[in-house]
Amino acid sequence: MPTYAALIYSADVDPTQPEAATMMKDYNEFGAAAAAVIRGGRALYPTATATTVRVRGGKGGDIVTSDGPYAETKEALTGFYLIECGDLDEAVKVAAQIPAAWDGAVEVRPVVDFS
Amino acid sequence: MTLAGDALGQLVRDEGTRVLATLVRVTGSVDLAEDAVQDAVVRALETWPRDGVPENPRAWLLVTARRRAVDVVRREAKRAGKEAAAMPFPEDDPPSVIRDDLLRLVFTCCHPCLSVDAQVALSLRTLGGLSTAKVARGLRLSEATAAKRLTRAKQKIATAGIPYRVPAAEELPERLEGVAATVYLIFNEGYADVRAPLVDEAVRLARLLVSLMPDEPTVLGLLALLLLHDARRRTRLDDRDLPVLLADQDRSRWDRALIREGVSLVGRALRRTPGEPNPYAVQAAIAACHALAPSYPETDWDAVISWYDVLLTVRPSPVVSLNRAAAIAERDGAAVALPLVDALEGLADYPWWHATRAELLHRLGNGPAARSARADAEATGLTPGHAVLLRRRVG
Repeated sequence: MPTYAALIYSADVDPTQPEAATMMKDYNEFGAAAAAVIRGGRALYPTATATTVRVRGGKGGDIVTSDGPYAETKEALTGFYLIECGDLDEAVKVAAQIPAAWDGAVEVRPVVDFS
Repeated sequence: MTLAGDALGQLVRDEGTRVLATLVRVTGSVDLAEDAVQDAVVRALETWPRDGVPENPRAWLLVTARRRAVDVVRREAKRAGKEAAAMPFPEDDPPSVIRDDLLRLVFTCCHPCLSVDAQVALSLRTLGGLSTAKVARGLRLSEATAAKRLTRAKQKIATAGIPYRVPAAEELPERLEGVAATVYLIFNEGYADVRAPLVDEAVRLARLLVSLMPDEPTVLGLLALLLLHDARRRTRLDDRDLPVLLADQDRSRWDRALIREGVSLVGRALRRTPGEPNPYAVQAAIAACHALAPSYPETDWDAVISWYDVLLTVRPSPVVSLNRAAAIAERDGAAVALPLVDALEGLADYPWWHATRAELLHRLGNGPAARSARADAEATGLTPGHAVLLRRRVG
């Protein structure tokens, strides 16, 4: 069965903070309901903690870092799930249960199987 | 049996679509199936005129295409050092399976996870059996762009796992709306500037849908709507390719057979949705009122207006309200209609709102305001042909 990444784009909040408690409860409920198809996943700290890394002048060149993600947008990548589903229709149904689906967006992408 | 060139081409194309639908299921790949069917079609067009059409053309095409698909799979497996997977023999499928295969192909080509552009191109290519070059010409794209769009769509179907399946009963109405919208888009794309091949293709697709789902009001209404519009094809442009308004079209040249068929389909579609009429059927009912009127002044405007009222309850939009107001103008006069048109919101970018205002203001004798509205219609993109007509009318 194919595996899909469900990339979560939502408000750029810190999931460990008390303000995120309601949201985390929703995510825990989703996690329990979709346990049968979830093969992994992680929540991310806000983009304020992110560092963008580039190497100038090709491989082995100067490492250039910058604070945060490259572009400032309302919705940020805040986490992902890996889900195993029979086809895209099933994957879309699962993704539609992720809280970000009605409070942001979920991008469903097939994962490459190199085996 | 021998057939003339056109009939043979049509037969091969129709059967080719059915064979493709089955082969996509059997091979699990749109690309592979397409390649194999293309090969079989070429062979048929080479050999049938010489040897005669086989007794069962579909079986002939299917066996030939499947053989080709097996060859390709074996060759690729050999190159990858793997064993080729077995491919079932679909030759003896009963008609119900062939029908389901076609439905699967329809719903896969019009899957909501594909962009509308991709759905249109894919429907023309796989359901319509048009070559990539013809798809490109129909959609006014370069051949490279059309080919890229088709390749991307097929890649997404394969890689993202878009299923080859008829939607479950509870999803069907919504998915069917999507299919109808795609076919209607193909029709409108061709209808706007009278691109006959695209219009013909949309009608053919709508007929295919009706043959597959003869009880679905959405497809009955869709086909009715397309036929009733298409019945006026010959009269929509004058000999200098300028548009001819409905009021001025030569009704003796409308296609009576298409009108009869369209009207009968409207009846069938409406009988199947007595509670909440299907929007396509309602639009077709309006088209039928025009098609059946002996002359423009004799149009049954009461009926037209009530159908617009129904349409506003099932699919409200400012454009529908605008069309209703235009019908009111014919029945009750411009003075009654103009305030209705002026009150519509959200149409400032819609050239027909300005054009309708120009016409009504002209009828009320307000020349300067009519000319200003005409200028706004042109500024918002009124097609050049209609701009010429409007200039002639209001100055």
